[in-house]
Amino acid sequence: MIEDLVVAFLTRYNYYMAVIIMLIGLYAMIAKSNLIKKVIGLNIFQTAIYLFYISIADVEGGTAPILVPGTDVVYVNPLPHVLILTAIVVGVSITAVAYALAIRIYQSYGTIEEDELLELGSERR
Amino acid sequence: MISEHLPILAVILPLVGALTVLLAGWAERRYCYPVAVAVLTIQFGLSLAILREVLRGGTIHYYLGDWAPPWGIELVVDHLSAYVLVILVFLSLLSCIYAKRSIGGEIDPQKTVAFYVMFLLLVVGVCGITVTGDIFNLYVFLEISSIAAYTLVASGREKKGLLAGFNYLIMGTISACFILIGIGHLYVVTGTLNMADLARLLPPLYDSTIIHVAFIFFIVGLSIKTALFPLHTWLPDAYSHAPSAISVLISTVISKMGIYATIRILFSVFTVGFIVDHLPILEFFAWVAAIAVIAGSVIAIAQTDLKRMLAYSSVSQMGYIMLGIGIANSVAMTGGVLHILNHALIKGCLFMVAGAIIYRVGLRKIDDFKGLAGRMPYTCAAFFIAAISMIGLPPTVGFMSKWYLTLGAIEAGEWFFVVVILASTLLNAIYFWRVLEYAYFRHADAETPELESRVPVSMLLPMLVLAAGCVVFFFAVSIPLGIIDAAVADLLGGA
Repeated sequence: MIEDLVVAFLTRYNYYMAVIIMLIGLYAMIAKSNLIKKVIGLNIFQTAIYLFYISIADVEGGTAPILVPGTDVVYVNPLPHVLILTAIVVGVSITAVAYALAIRIYQSYGTIEEDELLELGSERR
Repeated sequence: MISEHLPILAVILPLVGALTVLLAGWAERRYCYPVAVAVLTIQFGLSLAILREVLRGGTIHYYLGDWAPPWGIELVVDHLSAYVLVILVFLSLLSCIYAKRSIGGEIDPQKTVAFYVMFLLLVVGVCGITVTGDIFNLYVFLEISSIAAYTLVASGREKKGLLAGFNYLIMGTISACFILIGIGHLYVVTGTLNMADLARLLPPLYDSTIIHVAFIFFIVGLSIKTALFPLHTWLPDAYSHAPSAISVLISTVISKMGIYATIRILFSVFTVGFIVDHLPILEFFAWVAAIAVIAGSVIAIAQTDLKRMLAYSSVSQMGYIMLGIGIANSVAMTGGVLHILNHALIKGCLFMVAGAIIYRVGLRKIDDFKGLAGRMPYTCAAFFIAAISMIGLPPTVGFMSKWYLTLGAIEAGEWFFVVVILASTLLNAIYFWRVLEYAYFRHADAETPELESRVPVSMLLPMLVLAAGCVVFFFAVSIPLGIIDAAVADLLGGA
């Protein structure tokens, strides 16, 4: 029983890790009150998705998808790599915007702790 | 020659336009506005041309770089896309015209160039979503428009706008990530990203757990983007603290974009066969939407700030559209899709009025509106028309979509939803009546200073156009209905 679980975990190691990392990122986004930490959580979350995509692209014994003439070679699937390259660009721009906003928030409120911000901007959120 | 390339031009034109605005802004800041308006006007003409092509020749398929799908990215414009595209571009154009004076007091002058560039980039994303036939492409365009929306929400001088923008960013990114995971799951089992191809390959796999997981990720992600009731928390702040022109833009364009993406994913990727027969998810959707309709209206009644009231009203109106989709017979769907047009006209007009009142007399609280109708007659008249349209009284468009929704609910035998629609009509009447009562029937306090209260033409014109649209489309409802019928037939018949 336990052996089966261990085997299942080890053979699909990267998928399980993707889920775990995803949850860590989601937790940071929800539970941390520091805005910068929220953005870090966001990045962790996105990284987990990158890992997921790269894992599905892998083919056992596959090589980089560059055409090798003549020989019979197995290639890994290049499409998820390309997709994730796009997603990374999206992620970078979101991070940039988020940090820019955090800086502006710090300039106008003098803090980036969410609970303090809520108090400052009280009446209602 | 050029008519072959219409779909891709709808994406390229605003993109080039954004660059042109940037260059114009370098030369001289005040050139930005006319260039942006010109670009959007051409874009509107282009979207009309696309609509005409679709009406004449049916669905347009465009292969980017001549790569046939499923290898290349395919752009697909059917009736629904063309219909939504025209509405969204029209509303962008009007809010851009409106922006000129309205951002004067709300945005630092040196930021105007960036403002218009972001504005056009948002339009790029929105147009891209409507024309694309590729699911990953949809994600990318969703993110382009969302990132532009985050920055625009936070672009004002108001401090709270920054926080609203940040919360919106966090929520929006979680939602986009969920959608991305969903896309990944679909790709794992089918090996394709083309929507039509997915719809073809998915049916044998309906029992696969992976498909179910993908579906749930999509639903949660899209529900955050459309601000469906329990996931709407980013919406009120983003709508009420953004600059007025941006409130107009995101309440009409961004929210409709989310709805459109939801319809596409539900009906064109997963198809009716899955969502009705296999997983009874639409039933669940309709219930959530019904709760959204009532809850949004009830919270709106409790608001004292006009823009906030309108924001919660939006939550409820999104519920209407989702309710129409959830009931999923052709009559209710027609009502839901027609409500996309109606809500764009109505909410655009209402937010423009709210912005004009803030711009001219600096009032946000409904209690301060005493005697406002005497000082701003045209603005209040526009508000009046839009409000009765929102309540759903003839002769306005609001009546038509509620009529179809109610008929659809009756046809489906869902009497509870009929009650929900009628009850929320009463609730709508309550919160709009309060504003109208203060504006028209309460006399202004004697000591109110005589402010200059004429609204500039560039702000008045768009809101009057939208108010007129509310009435015109009641009589000319057959024009949108002709397109919607074909669109609904496409969506429901795709099974």
